[in-house]
Amino acid sequence: METLGAFSLLLALALAAYAFLASVIGGWKQKPFLVASARRAVYGVFILLTAASAILVSALLSSDFRYAYVAERSNRAMPALYKFAAWWGGQEGSLLLWSWMLSLYSAIVVWTNKTKHRTLMPWVIAVLAFTQTFFCTLNTFVEPPFQMLAVGRGVTSVVDGNGLNPLLQYWLMALHPPALYLGFVGFVVPFAFAFASLLTRQPGEAWIATTRRWSLITWGFLSIGIMLGQGWAYAVLGWGGYWAWDPVENASLLPWITGTAFLHSVMMQEKKGMMKVWNMVLVSATFFLAIFGTFLTRSGVVSSVHAFAQSSLGAWFVGFLAIGLSVTTFLILRRLDFLRSEAQLESVLSREASFLFNNLLLLASCFAVLWGTLFPVLTEWWMGEKITVGPPFFNKVNIPIGLALLFLTGVGPLIAWRRSSWESLKRAFRWPALAMALTMAALLAFGVRHLYALMSFGLCAFVAATVIMEFYKGARAIAARNQMNLLRAAVELTHRNTRRYGGYLVHMGIVLMFIGYTGSAFNKDTTEEVKIGSHFRIGAYELQVKEVTDGSNPNYAWQRAVVAVYRGGQYLGDLKPERRVYAASQQPTSEVAIRRRLNEDLYLNFASMSQSDPEAAVIQAYVFPLVSWIWIGFYVLLFGTIVCLIPSKVKYAYAKTQVVGVYEREPEPVP
Amino acid sequence: MKTYIRFGLLVAAILGTLAWLAASGIRESKTYYKTISELKSMPPSEAGKRVRVTGDVVPGSIRREGTAVHFQICEKDRGTVLHVVYTGKDPLPDTFRDDAQAMADGRLAPDGTFHASSIAAKCPSKYEAAPGKAAPKPLNPAPSRSSL
Repeated sequence: METLGAFSLLLALALAAYAFLASVIGGWKQKPFLVASARRAVYGVFILLTAASAILVSALLSSDFRYAYVAERSNRAMPALYKFAAWWGGQEGSLLLWSWMLSLYSAIVVWTNKTKHRTLMPWVIAVLAFTQTFFCTLNTFVEPPFQMLAVGRGVTSVVDGNGLNPLLQYWLMALHPPALYLGFVGFVVPFAFAFASLLTRQPGEAWIATTRRWSLITWGFLSIGIMLGQGWAYAVLGWGGYWAWDPVENASLLPWITGTAFLHSVMMQEKKGMMKVWNMVLVSATFFLAIFGTFLTRSGVVSSVHAFAQSSLGAWFVGFLAIGLSVTTFLILRRLDFLRSEAQLESVLSREASFLFNNLLLLASCFAVLWGTLFPVLTEWWMGEKITVGPPFFNKVNIPIGLALLFLTGVGPLIAWRRSSWESLKRAFRWPALAMALTMAALLAFGVRHLYALMSFGLCAFVAATVIMEFYKGARAIAARNQMNLLRAAVELTHRNTRRYGGYLVHMGIVLMFIGYTGSAFNKDTTEEVKIGSHFRIGAYELQVKEVTDGSNPNYAWQRAVVAVYRGGQYLGDLKPERRVYAASQQPTSEVAIRRRLNEDLYLNFASMSQSDPEAAVIQAYVFPLVSWIWIGFYVLLFGTIVCLIPSKVKYAYAKTQVVGVYEREPEPVP
Repeated sequence: MKTYIRFGLLVAAILGTLAWLAASGIRESKTYYKTISELKSMPPSEAGKRVRVTGDVVPGSIRREGTAVHFQICEKDRGTVLHVVYTGKDPLPDTFRDDAQAMADGRLAPDGTFHASSIAAKCPSKYEAAPGKAAPKPLNPAPSRSSL
């Protein structure tokens, strides 16, 4: 089987390379039969990589420890889910997953465009196949997943495997990498279409219309991936945080930021024919940042709390990025005439300007994150001394940017295209501004003095008010006309223009997430050494360590503290934080216990038994206000993204400069 | 044209503010990478500078005193030992134990102990054996020393 697996990979590489060459020559010399063969090769690559993946997964599921990969990442006692998840638990396997997903996406693109985009498709296939060739090369020569362990005299055969890293044995972590990769890999499709339309001088908007769904779905997956990572860090790592500005986290954030910027600035091109060069740059940047992120996390270039093998992978990625970036830059520069803007910026007080500021801030944030992540590399190269920057750097830059973006989230959708008068702005923002002022006044009255927190909550109220108003105004009009209740009218309204109202829902999700993130300004924590039976306090809670029990199962041994939670003398239940030692890896892990509520989470970590007193446990207790709103906001964001993907009931003719919406109906100047 | 000038001024103001924030953020949090021996031979004038130092936890040296944790780290080949006191708020990572590769951020006190405000231990998310060493026998999750 292992030979079959390795052979599938090799054949996939050959086919991918063939697909690249055939589509390039076929597109260039106008040979449809070559392009058709490239299409079939793309399907072939998908089938072969599926076979290779199936072989690896079945080896994992059957605990076939002759495979080095299986022995290193899996063991018998692991539940089947984690045996399966071990597919992406290590370098070789996760690269195979990357390749496989790319082949899946490529096959879908080729399948759904069998008859469409005749001139574009050869070049789209070329870009996809080139990327595929690169990843297949890595899989075949640099990180082969089908290496066998030497068995024979002098070598002890492996009875049981090493096991998946216990910290990864958590359901969110089983889902996090695939979601993230679906997001990373997916941006190759909009990029491929953009590249192809640039090369063939297709009408500029065609590629955007074709890839809008792709961009949105991919962005959605990337959001899911990042969010699952945060959820995992919060629930598993035991420090109660969800984001630490670690290089690996930053690597996933970078393409998300540029992707977000792209989804916004694309509207400028659709409606006004502006920012064509910029959108090209953004879609390319997003794709290359996704590749760059993969490179960062796998090459060991920057040190991270996540450990990575130092491998020769880095050089390959640098090569790929160098080729890709130079070809793309060259092409964009050669086509500047074709990308000329059709309209000009008329006023700083306009929808156009708000989009420009949105892009500027997102890019500034992206640049700051990139800069901070690469700081050790840059300083070593520049001054010969490695210097790193910590979370204060990232927070200092990104918190103000975040607040400014939040502000724009409220302003952008209500401000008119072309130019807006102060008068109309006052009318539009009267109520939202009032909501903001009232919120801030109320918080001040309750004794909140934290500046950023006040601003953040105030802006959240502002944006939420604008979103609710938009829904209310639209729904009221429909309700009056069709005699239906407001809720049904709101659904009807959303269905008529899913992109717009789905977008508002995404914004609402962002608002809720900001509420959750802002809660961290009021975190409380304490570390206590408590005798069994005694009490300690944190915030409004009184905690009593009732007992410490222990036991074991084949996968791990555990020790559990049973902690009774009281508030104002009232018993609220027990929390049971746990310490585990995994048998295969002998690695201890802590399983925190969390009492999740909408207003705050009570979070307990069982650090250890006391070293001086065997009858006492060391417990770390935290109170995290509003954390749940991060996850709730994420579900709203996801829901909004899905709404955006549903086709609108009423097809708006999106003619350029056509304006829709309540505040946009200012009289158009007649030429 | 007026619009573009206004727009340019706004952009410049925003970028200027951000650059200023970034510079102060770097000043506040920049941390030098030092090896244990470099740290030991640092001139007294540089004491108190924020430093990140990496080493292997000396087996048996981890000792908890109240909420402070004392331990020693050493360089594998040289045997230079550094005494570290950790008083930070976050719990120590699960991977922090004897022989683990630990990364401590903090400052060197005049008496030669290192006061760490944060500790990271290698290998929370993936263990990666060094390339080409898919050895059959030592299948323990030895954290890779590679990425520093």
